[in-house]
Amino acid sequence: MLLKPCARWPMNKLVSKAVGAPMPRESARLLVEGRGSYVDDIALPGMLHIAFVRAPFAHGRILCIETADALQMPGVVAAIDGKELAEICAPFDTNPPGVPGHASAPQPPLAIEESCFQGETVVAVVAESRAAAEDAAELVFVDWEELPAACSIAEAQSDSAAAVHSSFDNNLSLHHRFGAEDVSDAFENAAHVVEESFAFGRQTGVTLEPRGIIAHWDPRAEELEVWQSHQVPWQMREVYAAQLGLSPQSIRVVAPDVGGAFGLKLHAYADELAAVAVSKRLGRPIKYIVDRLESFTSDAHAREAKATCRMAVDSEGHILGIDAVVDSGFGAYAMHPRGSFGEAMQAAQMIGAPYKVGAFRAEVRGWRQNKAPSGAYRGVGQPIACAITEDMIDLAARAVGIDPAEMRRINYRSTLDEGTRATQSGLVIEELSLDACLAKLMEAMDYKTLRAGQAALRENGIYRGIGFASFVELTGVGAGLYGPLGLPLAANESCRLTLQPDGSLTCATSVTDQGQGTLSALGQLIAGEFDIAPNMVRMISGDTGRTPYGGGAWASRGMALGGEAARRACVRMRDGLFEVAAGVLQCEPSALAFDNGEIIGLKGPSGLTLAEMGALCHYRPYDIPTGQVPPMTIEESFLPLNLPYITSNGVHAVHLEVDSELGTVELLDYWVVDDCGTVVNPLLVDEQLRGGIVQGIGAALYEECVYSEDGQFTNGTLADYVVPMAGEMPAIHVDHITTPTRASGLGAKGVGEAGTVGAPGAVRTAINDALSPLAARVAKQPFTTRRILEAVMAAENLE
Amino acid sequence: MSEDTIRFTLNGRDVSVPATTRGHLGDLLRHEFGETGTHIGCEHGVCGACNVVMDGVVVRSCLTLAVQVDGAEIETIEHLGSDHDVAALQNAFVARNAFQCGYCTPGMIMTARELLAGNTAPRREEIRDAISGNLCRCTGYQAIVEAISDAAETLREMADE
Ligand code: FES
Ligand code: FES
Repeated sequence: MLLKPCARWPMNKLVSKAVGAPMPRESARLLVEGRGSYVDDIALPGMLHIAFVRAPFAHGRILCIETADALQMPGVVAAIDGKELAEICAPFDTNPPGVPGHASAPQPPLAIEESCFQGETVVAVVAESRAAAEDAAELVFVDWEELPAACSIAEAQSDSAAAVHSSFDNNLSLHHRFGAEDVSDAFENAAHVVEESFAFGRQTGVTLEPRGIIAHWDPRAEELEVWQSHQVPWQMREVYAAQLGLSPQSIRVVAPDVGGAFGLKLHAYADELAAVAVSKRLGRPIKYIVDRLESFTSDAHAREAKATCRMAVDSEGHILGIDAVVDSGFGAYAMHPRGSFGEAMQAAQMIGAPYKVGAFRAEVRGWRQNKAPSGAYRGVGQPIACAITEDMIDLAARAVGIDPAEMRRINYRSTLDEGTRATQSGLVIEELSLDACLAKLMEAMDYKTLRAGQAALRENGIYRGIGFASFVELTGVGAGLYGPLGLPLAANESCRLTLQPDGSLTCATSVTDQGQGTLSALGQLIAGEFDIAPNMVRMISGDTGRTPYGGGAWASRGMALGGEAARRACVRMRDGLFEVAAGVLQCEPSALAFDNGEIIGLKGPSGLTLAEMGALCHYRPYDIPTGQVPPMTIEESFLPLNLPYITSNGVHAVHLEVDSELGTVELLDYWVVDDCGTVVNPLLVDEQLRGGIVQGIGAALYEECVYSEDGQFTNGTLADYVVPMAGEMPAIHVDHITTPTRASGLGAKGVGEAGTVGAPGAVRTAINDALSPLAARVAKQPFTTRRILEAVMAAENLE
Repeated sequence: MSEDTIRFTLNGRDVSVPATTRGHLGDLLRHEFGETGTHIGCEHGVCGACNVVMDGVVVRSCLTLAVQVDGAEIETIEHLGSDHDVAALQNAFVARNAFQCGYCTPGMIMTARELLAGNTAPRREEIRDAISGNLCRCTGYQAIVEAISDAAETLREMADE
């Protein structure tokens, strides 16, 4: 059932005047002035610091641990190993009951007998300062027996593979199929069948602010307070309660200013759990800030995958079938609490999502490896699916002999097929606008001229490429997904709106903001509903002690879900105030409206400002003619009913030049036309898209966690793991098509991941387009200069 | 340098710390003096989040040892808001939404201020080059480039008046 706007307030009236305005984030000015409060900026009296001893091998058995020398060091308070911590803290058990066949070993906060990836936490050394803790950690002696390891996906899946964890005898952690069992009919009758293999390098999110936590167990009150650089404080409250055997109500989790998150700060990490458990053990506040090397070796990794895909098309270019196999690298343990399967599942299920693909089959397998656990990173699997799909479309277009843009246009899906509830792969798609996005995009980039220029330059040995990527993004993923998996996660978003006696408003929201600007946009939306200045709305977020229960930030949910909750709270608040005002003004409530914070009646301004209404209801309720005081605090929570998620969509295009002798790529121009439904604040949305695109370009060209064969992380500094810097990034032209979702009155669909989902596919197809006259292709991401040169040389050797 | 103390000027104040202080300037500023606007991103001199001004020149505070600042004048984002150029940059960063999480922003503004001190009308490519040692993981850099360009224009107009 789609929600209909209620009759009294037609939809256009519900969407506030402020929606769509490019308002600057005045409330975030303090960040520009260096007055933010990130977790490492916080200090508590008596606070201690942790340095961890971490496993040096990809796989090892701990024979014994000696801490006596470390404990002698000045300022050292404790050195705690896995056995000791196990007395008060349970290991993560990450096996969602709703994922059939899913298998992951328990992961203790500190390894007990066996450690399964380089960088796994083994001993927590606690001292008066981080420096003292680090010095002492050097003196902890761990006697190791190195065990055989399986690191790459290929190794993990081989018959003779070492077991990643001794509790299993093979390394398969997930096996699933989407679509039909057999699609051979579609392929037998096809005019063309194209086939390709793909590989995607392991990446990590690289937030500029690393993870960090302060935990304070107060033994007198028996209460735990946690400050954590995190996206989902409510989830973490439940996690700490479960692991430490505490009542959730005795725990408060606060996420202060967060220096970027991108999915990486969605998880529960062993080291952070250890910090909390150590605080419980010692009864002292504990700070633990992850350093950059630890960040590389222990933050959630992502994307590592291999795939093969076949696509069948008819002689005109219509897709008849897709048959794919995706192998995904999970790392040593399933990431708690959501598991590591999301990326693999979406990478397989979302192949072909923007198109009518005929017969569909995608098999997916997830492999344990002796590497850091993989988890959510911006886009979760969708960038892989998009890149595979778009490369296949280009291959098919070349086989058929039609233009790649035309090939896309004739195959776009706009809605579900009549009488179906989902696509063959099981996707629930509301309504897509890819046609309109592509048309706008081609105009913006002046496609014909670009192609003509490309052909002319090729004559001179200059290889430019034009790449497209159409995407569908699942946003606002909700209970419909997590509930059936058996994951105890609130996926609704809530707003508690209070009218203060002075006429200002307070919005406490379950939505969290790690820089997206969601809180500013929510404040803008609320201010618009009452026609007041945004600084009249105080936003409260990221604190389980002060906000209503709900999700936080993931899957582009802030405005899509949190915005709708806020809008509904405003409507109810306004209804209550209009009831009161109607009594005073002797008119129907439906005749009233807000203008500049004042209620306007039939005779114009009434003098009933928000401040007057606040004072009336809070201080002089006896003056209300009806005698009914409306609630001054309203709480609303939103989750689209009967929709597991919302679907946004868009099309990217990139123009680039490949130097076939150096293997370098120069990005010349980038365009995106995105449909994220209602845009509340284009200033925020457009740069959000650009930031996502730049991360996607990083994935395509530079970023890879490089492990040696024996599972050693080899590029764990920001000098070695290359991320995009300003000099190499192109101008990015953003435009929109607006198709509000019918799932909410606001109509926002979400935009946080759209850039990252599309960019790797666009860059991939553009490079392959540029290399096509040389009959060279790249298939393994990232497309480093070396890989491009190898592709060019391989093609030359074939000639 | 006196035997047992490091003395320097921090944001206009004379301060001192024991010479035994180990570690880098970034940690010293953040944890000894509570000037937490300077951020630590990489500790390898790559990201620019820790940029501060030392004797008028932008330096990486993560690569500067605490003992190196004896006798120096150090300025951080907390103090520089009263500087015309920095105020113009801060206004432009807000107006253009040239930041998201804000973790890179103080360091970015240090770099931009130095650019504008030597080049009052930088072209877009010059701006991109100048900030190529400042990692921003959130934005697409475009808003930052536009904000720095806007600030330069504002400052030129102010200079003309
Ligand atoms: S922390 Fe100093 S340059 Fe990154
Ligand atoms: S705004 Fe987050 S790193 Fe630049």
